[in-house]
Amino acid sequence: MDASSAPRRAARNLEHAVVRFAGDSGDGMQLTGTEFTREAAMHGNDLATFPDFPAEIRAPAGTTAGVSGYQIQFASHEVFSAGDQPDTLVAMNPAALKVHLQDLKKGGLLILNEAAFTEGDLKRAGWAANPLTDHSLDGYRLIQIDFEKLVSLAVEGLGLPTKDAARCKNFFALGLVFWLYSRETKREEESIKSRFAKTPALAQGNLRAFKAGYFYGETTEAADAPYQIAPAKLQHGRYRNVMGSTGLALGLIAAAQKSGLRLFFGSYPITPASDVLHELAKHRRFGITTFQAEDEIAAVASAIGAAFGGALGATASSGPGMALKSEAIGLAVIVELPLVIINAQRGGPSTGLPTKTEQSDLFQAVYGRNGECPLPVLACRSPADCFDTVFEAARIAIEYRTPVIVLSDGAIGNGTEPWLLPDVDSLPAIDPKLAVDPAGFMPYSRDEKLARPWAIPGTPGLEHRVGGLEKDFVTGNVSYDPQNHERMTHVRAEKVARIADQYPPLQVAGDPEGEVLVISWGGTYGSVTQGMMEARAAGARVGHLHLRHIFPLPHGLVDIVARYRSVLIPELNLGQLRLHLRGQLGIESQGLNKIQGKPFHVAEVRAAIEALAMKVAHARREIA
Amino acid sequence: MTSLLKLTKKDFTSDQEVRWCPGCGDFAILAMVQKLMPELNIPRENIVFVSGIGCSSRFPYYMNTYGFHGIHGRAPAIATGLKMARPELTVFVVTGDGDSLSIGGNHLIHALRRNIDLKILLFDNRIYGLTKGQASPTSELGKKTKSSPFGTVDRPFNPMTLALGAGATFVARTVASDTAHMTQILRRAALHKGAAFVEIWQNCPVFNDGAFDDWSERDVREEQLIKLEHEKPLVYGKARDKGLLIGGGFSLERGSAAGALVHDEARDNVALAMALASLEPPYPQPVGVLRAVSRPTVDALAREQELELAAASTKPATLESLLNSGDTWNVSGEIG
Ligand code: SF4
Repeated sequence: MDASSAPRRAARNLEHAVVRFAGDSGDGMQLTGTEFTREAAMHGNDLATFPDFPAEIRAPAGTTAGVSGYQIQFASHEVFSAGDQPDTLVAMNPAALKVHLQDLKKGGLLILNEAAFTEGDLKRAGWAANPLTDHSLDGYRLIQIDFEKLVSLAVEGLGLPTKDAARCKNFFALGLVFWLYSRETKREEESIKSRFAKTPALAQGNLRAFKAGYFYGETTEAADAPYQIAPAKLQHGRYRNVMGSTGLALGLIAAAQKSGLRLFFGSYPITPASDVLHELAKHRRFGITTFQAEDEIAAVASAIGAAFGGALGATASSGPGMALKSEAIGLAVIVELPLVIINAQRGGPSTGLPTKTEQSDLFQAVYGRNGECPLPVLACRSPADCFDTVFEAARIAIEYRTPVIVLSDGAIGNGTEPWLLPDVDSLPAIDPKLAVDPAGFMPYSRDEKLARPWAIPGTPGLEHRVGGLEKDFVTGNVSYDPQNHERMTHVRAEKVARIADQYPPLQVAGDPEGEVLVISWGGTYGSVTQGMMEARAAGARVGHLHLRHIFPLPHGLVDIVARYRSVLIPELNLGQLRLHLRGQLGIESQGLNKIQGKPFHVAEVRAAIEALAMKVAHARREIA
Repeated sequence: MTSLLKLTKKDFTSDQEVRWCPGCGDFAILAMVQKLMPELNIPRENIVFVSGIGCSSRFPYYMNTYGFHGIHGRAPAIATGLKMARPELTVFVVTGDGDSLSIGGNHLIHALRRNIDLKILLFDNRIYGLTKGQASPTSELGKKTKSSPFGTVDRPFNPMTLALGAGATFVARTVASDTAHMTQILRRAALHKGAAFVEIWQNCPVFNDGAFDDWSERDVREEQLIKLEHEKPLVYGKARDKGLLIGGGFSLERGSAAGALVHDEARDNVALAMALASLEPPYPQPVGVLRAVSRPTVDALAREQELELAAASTKPATLESLLNSGDTWNVSGEIG
């Protein structure tokens, strides 16, 4: 019998909840969070997650530097962000409490591992006094348990070494939270068995710890618990939970399959982009070459070489790696070969904040190369959007023979959400139009998209040479002719500009005209959507335009802006889209900028919208 | 070899005007390679020349095959991607001492350690030519150049010991001014399965004229070069009376031809090849094939693994099944 089929107290219905698991890097918090997320997905909730972990693999145990967290918002309605403040916080040690307590909702539920609150651990975490006894936790609903003791009782008789027994305590916490939100336990129990299949004693230990946590719930006196959250009414169809980096990988595979090309993925390990390589390496049977290169430059250069050979070349990196790749990306621009470059943005400059999210590579993507070097730049907005964005990027790359940059970020890449699986047959086929006919072949002749022929080695009669030196407009021979260089510069720019002609029309959410238009891009989509909805509910007239296409910018943007009295651009940088829109289109705007390595809270966006709406309305009254 | 495809040197000569300085050693290499190509009996469309930046890297423009003039130092990386994606192609890399030993050193050593099936031709003129005369990583210590007017203070690389150290399966040296020898060595490199590394001494008459004269001029060659031949004794000299033998301290010593060591390019252990490659004057400099061993190539191994994975999988290799893998559910309620 699985734990959840035991008789239980009546549960209270909620529409949504935010839970955060926090502990030491070695406490398995990412696994705990992922497991809880899977069950929420299978339960049919809509959800969004925000994993947040340190750059060090094992920072000194018990210190605040080593705290790892995983937050999930799950709901019976559509969810746009992982939530501002947790309703429930699980803190496995004093350091986790120290870092995360400030975020917990007033009156929220706090689950603590009492065993970890030793004098030494309190000191390591920087607590001057013991928060369990000095009233620091007044105002929260506290469930204070000696995890260690209960887990060791639960695993008694399995012959698990003490160290392994202690490692089961995250499953105790998971079991308790399962009870708290009335989750089915059957799937989790199966998952534990299969995950630890190779070490049966550990599987049993974790299983028992999980059940012990669940049953412990019954005995707690936490007011008004347990809760339940009904499945969300999402669009009909088949769903799976997807991490952003998995979505990126699958999108690349789909594009390769739909174009009939081999996927070549060259990559060098870098946080937070490596997961794309890990995912693709698993699927090599689909005719995928994954290549772990000696460095970032070789990663992109090998992908360019593969593209010359007729493969869909792709690479992924993060800011510092993108900097190293920029010369080669310029090469891909001038040789006009398809290439997809994914940048999982993180805090910068330099090494910056490797495991934290940021949107500060927009300039680098659009403007960061030598010479006049235009290329399309797309940005994903969420984990489930990664597939579509990268698929479109690959289609553009192939059809226009150009490198394309896809901007993702750490929060999107590691975050999870339910993904409505696309109907494979309705994904558009991509025609690579490989050149085969030697009659009149010119390597730099152009079609209506201004794309040049893709003539790959192995094709008789199309032998030709490409390279980084400027080429003659027609013959493709090296040319130093000044007029030709200007003409080629213009044609490369025009080719990229024309890509905007085939974008779908822009869609504004919220009010079609009003006080504020919020323009966002990338991973801020969720918090901005929610912030806009809340501001509208409170009476502001707000529209929201989210841009997937960063370059070339979509047509019609200026007309939409004209329908609003002000423009707000929230970004996790110091205003890069603002300056981009001002420079490209002369759009004036206000910025909302945050650069803390964290996503926006919905409340921050909402407050900024409302403040701007008020200012605009006030100014209007003054004029009147 | 008989030429079944009936191609000639002309078929491999592009219509581009060759723009090296008069007297440049590159001309001889180009002519020789164009002449060698028909012999390989490979359809022209299946041959690709990839290069980096530098005088030598203009090479692909002059070959009427597929060609890719890359960026500085990155030719091995570009070529690696190409070969991994299209293992059936024959891929040559043309590079120089600055291109592949300085800015592109990392790519060179990794291409060699992976044993990717590329033919890497390093035109070594011991100077930066295209940037007009700076010291290169093979310029001899103390060399006066534009960037080192008082003489260099950094020691040069020995390209062959570097290649051996990186685990190259084929390592050879030849001299551009000796067409017959160069033809023989490049033919061997072209036929080698795996990463083939050839250092070609190439004179730059403009910025480093006569860099190899002390060894390669006709009148000194026989005394100053030792031609390596597989399973032949290591002898040299006009009268072929001198030989190399193992001395004390793991080193090679000069002696008489009678006791000379026999060269074995297929030897697994690189110690002797290292010792030969490291010889410095007054020892003769080795030319020829230093090492040629057979190892699986990374391009072939990757494909084999891919096929094994496909064969071992029980699920169909369709996009549908891939997207639907893992836990899925229908919104209508039932769990999939
Ligand atoms: S500079 Fe030297 S290497 Fe370059 S083309 Fe002239 S002679 Fe040849």
